[in-house]
Amino acid sequence: MPKRSAGTVAISPEAMASRLAASRYLADESLATAIFLAIRLGKPLLLEGAPGVGKTEAAKAIAEVLGRDLVRLQCYEGIDAAHALYEWNYQRQLLAIRHAGEHEVDIYDDRFLIARPLLQVLKAPEKRVLLVDEIDRSDHEFEALLLEFLSDFQISIPERGTIRATAQPIVILTSNRTRELAEALRRRCVYHWITYPDAEREAAIIMLRAGDVAEATARAVASAVRDIRAQPLAKPPGVAEAVEWANAATILEKGGSPWPEAFRRAIGVLIKDEEDLSYIAPELGRIVEEALA
Amino acid sequence: MSAAALPRAAAPLLGFGRLLRRYGFPVAPEQVSGFMQAVTLLGPRSMADIHEAALATLAPPPDRRDEFEAHFKSYFYGNKAALVEGEADEETRIKDDGGTSQEEIEVTRQEEGGELSSGAEQLSVRDFRRDGDGLAAFRRKLAAALPVRRSFRTVRTHARGKLDLRRSLREIVSADGDVPSPLLRRRQTVPRKLLILIDVSGSMKLHTSDYLKLAHAAVQGADRAEIFTFGTRLTRITAALRIRDRDQALARVAALVDDWDGGTRMGPTLLAFLSVPRFSAFARGAAVIILSDALERGDHAELEMAMRRLSARAFRLSLATPLAGDPRFQPATAALRAILPVLDDLVDGSSIAGLTDFILSLARPAPTAAAIWKRVS
Repeated sequence: MPKRSAGTVAISPEAMASRLAASRYLADESLATAIFLAIRLGKPLLLEGAPGVGKTEAAKAIAEVLGRDLVRLQCYEGIDAAHALYEWNYQRQLLAIRHAGEHEVDIYDDRFLIARPLLQVLKAPEKRVLLVDEIDRSDHEFEALLLEFLSDFQISIPERGTIRATAQPIVILTSNRTRELAEALRRRCVYHWITYPDAEREAAIIMLRAGDVAEATARAVASAVRDIRAQPLAKPPGVAEAVEWANAATILEKGGSPWPEAFRRAIGVLIKDEEDLSYIAPELGRIVEEALA
Repeated sequence: MSAAALPRAAAPLLGFGRLLRRYGFPVAPEQVSGFMQAVTLLGPRSMADIHEAALATLAPPPDRRDEFEAHFKSYFYGNKAALVEGEADEETRIKDDGGTSQEEIEVTRQEEGGELSSGAEQLSVRDFRRDGDGLAAFRRKLAAALPVRRSFRTVRTHARGKLDLRRSLREIVSADGDVPSPLLRRRQTVPRKLLILIDVSGSMKLHTSDYLKLAHAAVQGADRAEIFTFGTRLTRITAALRIRDRDQALARVAALVDDWDGGTRMGPTLLAFLSVPRFSAFARGAAVIILSDALERGDHAELEMAMRRLSARAFRLSLATPLAGDPRFQPATAALRAILPVLDDLVDGSSIAGLTDFILSLARPAPTAAAIWKRVS
């Protein structure tokens, strides 16, 4: 994959959108603009939205468009500096001390340093894109640490001194909004709230992502999924589930189930909650009929 | 950059940032300069570009997006009518006082103007008078008495822990290869979150003022507590209760809650609570206490579903009902019978003393509510 500098890729929001489409990600105008602005302004991009709207996929597509590796930092409650920044390889240090015997050994050498995602990106900002996934799951202390990293792009290691990024790294943060993020973090980022795609775009996404699904099927799935999301479910189906549903229904149809039946039998890949299933079951026939009409 | 140095076309962009600030949107200077840079980068070829740039750089919170759009329309298009349009009707209205400035509260209240008297809801405002009770001791003991969970973080310790290699190695190096006594580290324990949901409907009229005092003590005492009231609506009152002075805090609450002494829609309001990701995430792993008589009118299917979901999230789900103060009380209503299997505790909520004792005992294991009440009956 050729490496491209950020400036040549981000010429305009439209160019960005078509590049993303070439990487099999269909962004709407507003998201393409946000990505364009984030790259050109050199700010981190904060994507918020319900689970399953394609936040992480967007990050992957951006990395692909730029021809860079994606370094992913998955956040969770209790994540700390040792998992995000760096850690020393103590076992190797101890071995090195023993092995050295009388000789001098620098146990704070590069070979004993384990670079975690933030340090990895800092070391090669023009080769990597950092994805900080589900930042809302981490606790407030970690958010503060990240804030510091995002404003200065430097890490201080007491034994080694400060490591600075040679260029501005591209950073994407995602959040499911299970809790409110600090205002300071939102302020520092280019912000975009991702919604579910409209039916037409979703049909296009299904066509692009699913194996071989007929256009009529993709349209029917997109329309049915939109109706299902309007119901008060505990877990509304995401875009990936819609793609799976279209795939599964196509396979069942080829195996000999007639159309409305194939959709109903494949519902397990779309809705994965027993309560939601029993809630939607009486409605499902009508929704599928309407979508197919 | 002084205002004089800016091109004339930039003035409206600057003014929009100021307008948002006046309505309580947190807009930082760097966001406004980012906004202007973004507009320049995009052309701007149309108003849509300015709109996209504003959304991306000024970052309005998603729940205030409609308000933001209205301000944008009124400022850039001169469309004043957009400002007064109300929100779409929801089944259960949710009010969150978190992180808002005084100004903003006034604005939202204005918007609600026409709707307060609509529908079958019976709304009134109440004030609280001072009286003495033993809540101070409860407040002091609470933080230490809450159930705990093991945190991912570690603390230094002298006994019962794992070897702290990083610190030990530093010691070894500084002692020139000598191995001093090993340094240990152990996983920290942190108190669980406390979530209290208070029923403010007419049937609970006698108890709500006591409950709110208790809630105030809980917010003051615990590290992480969230308090909501529910009747026909759901209102988050935690931020109001953070005010240290109790009378002031309760006066703020009295003004904030719109559905005092009205009807109950317990099932739908709890479902509304669960449907806001931020709120339902707070219930995860928390000690959840519902202060209500659980007298649900009509169908209790929604209540049952809400309680089941809540109990799946919570560390411990307790229902404190004032009706249980009566020695002849039995969980006999259809609604109570339906939710009994998912409850961890069903306790007496008729007095502050009983409730504080119960909350302070949350960390100790107890048989489930179903087991206790089956034995009694």
